[in-house]
Amino acid sequence: MEEALITLRDLSVDYGPRQALQNVSGIFHEGSLTAIAGPNGSGKSTLLKVLAGVIRPSAGKIVFAQGRKPVMAYLPQVSHLQRDFPISVEGLVYTGFYPEIGERKGLEAKRERAAKKALKDVGLEGYENRSIGELSGGEFQRALFARVIVQNAPIILLDEPFTSVDAETTSRLIKLLLKWHKEGRTIICVLHDLLMIRKYFPESMVLQGKCLGSGHTHKMFEQKLLSFDLDMAELYSAHEASNHTHDHEHSHDA
Amino acid sequence: MTLDALFIQPFVETAMLQKALVACIVLSVGGVPLGFFVTQRRIALASDAMSHAILPGVAVAFLISGFSVWPMTFGGLAAGILIALFSVFLGRYTKIKEDAVFTLLFLLSLAVGVVLLSLKGGEEDIIHVLFGDTLAIDKEKLIFITSVTVLTLFSLAAIYRGLVLDCFDPDFLMASGRGKYVRPVFFVLFIFNLVAAFQALGTLMALGLMLLPAIASVFWTHRVGAAIVLSVIIAVISSYAGLLISYHANTPSGPTVVLVCGLFCLGSVLFGRRGSAVSFVRMKNF
Repeated sequence: MEEALITLRDLSVDYGPRQALQNVSGIFHEGSLTAIAGPNGSGKSTLLKVLAGVIRPSAGKIVFAQGRKPVMAYLPQVSHLQRDFPISVEGLVYTGFYPEIGERKGLEAKRERAAKKALKDVGLEGYENRSIGELSGGEFQRALFARVIVQNAPIILLDEPFTSVDAETTSRLIKLLLKWHKEGRTIICVLHDLLMIRKYFPESMVLQGKCLGSGHTHKMFEQKLLSFDLDMAELYSAHEASNHTHDHEHSHDA
Repeated sequence: MTLDALFIQPFVETAMLQKALVACIVLSVGGVPLGFFVTQRRIALASDAMSHAILPGVAVAFLISGFSVWPMTFGGLAAGILIALFSVFLGRYTKIKEDAVFTLLFLLSLAVGVVLLSLKGGEEDIIHVLFGDTLAIDKEKLIFITSVTVLTLFSLAAIYRGLVLDCFDPDFLMASGRGKYVRPVFFVLFIFNLVAAFQALGTLMALGLMLLPAIASVFWTHRVGAAIVLSVIIAVISSYAGLLISYHANTPSGPTVVLVCGLFCLGSVLFGRRGSAVSFVRMKNF
């Protein structure tokens, strides 16, 4: 049996009076490739932020297999980044070393080489000195993936990495994702695209404030928690209606 | 009039002008890099409100001990920190919007400060506090300004990478687990620099030297380091040019320095290499 690398226990997150996550429990196995799905505002990005350590849960906890938080690479939503900041592509990739080297240590030649190689891997060779503001949406996302590469982390958290990205870049980045999966890294990715989830992500977790279900992706589709017939916003209503019917039946049984 | 008499002699002959120039250059070296991060974090307007928040503390110190450097410094620091904490409280526990908090605190601080100043001082004293008197820089003020600059440079060196990340990818900084101290240190440095700049430029002009060169620099370069160095150069040139103009034209020194900073900034926004009005027109035509 696969080992549970990360266990969520009754995780809740409040933003002021609004509850973004409510008693979410679940497991992420080591080496798994999991999609976090759900309609807008369902708490997907919030869950990723809690996992990454960006925000603290207001209740519940996260238990890591090793007892303490392992190294994680985190790719935030592109819209949360300031694209007109005066930094070069190379500079952006170097920021990936910050969790490891902090303020004191120098970059050293090996890290500079690693950054160059990462840029080559994502097809941005020769872009080193360009400003990030000059990049297209796809190129910027590739630069962010290069930063994930240099972090060389066993756990990778990606928040909507394919939003506003052209088909060619998506295909390139998916290949990278599958390569990481093959290397045994644990990948948790917030996604909207159901087709992509079914095709590439063996595991899924469906959120709507609370966790509607998690496990093998094909089971999520079987249980209609993920469905091509309904859009994400309708899924929750369908799920609620079905729960309501079950409750009603149970009360009749009683 | 020779070029020497026009550009050099005023600073050689006038001790007040020398001290004013040294104060402005020292302020530029420490405060402008900090101002760069203020503008990049898009809190320039909030920081403007904060610059007025020090006024009630300065005014209380003035009521107690007149124009003394250290009481006014401590009064300004205390008021700045208290009002900043109060703004956080209002933003978190009431439904007032962020810009409304700053408007409220800006106007209230300014009004309270001016009313308190008027209890003891005349119109001239009020103008002195609001617009500063760069030419009245003395040894004590220079010591304070230099100490703040040294503290700022060492602190910035200690949190530089974190500050860069906090500007353009704050979530990544927090996820790194290393970002806890970056914002509090940055905030304390900002208040210290505000009070230091106040000594030379008054509460209304204090931010001009810190922020305007920083805004100008990003229209010329896309490198953080280069932008910071360029900001400092612009601030130093503006200080020299502003003081020189104020000497020859007999205009108030602080506002003239800020006026030159503003012209540099406006010129960069219109004619800079990156993202300026001219580069926009060129892009549309070709």
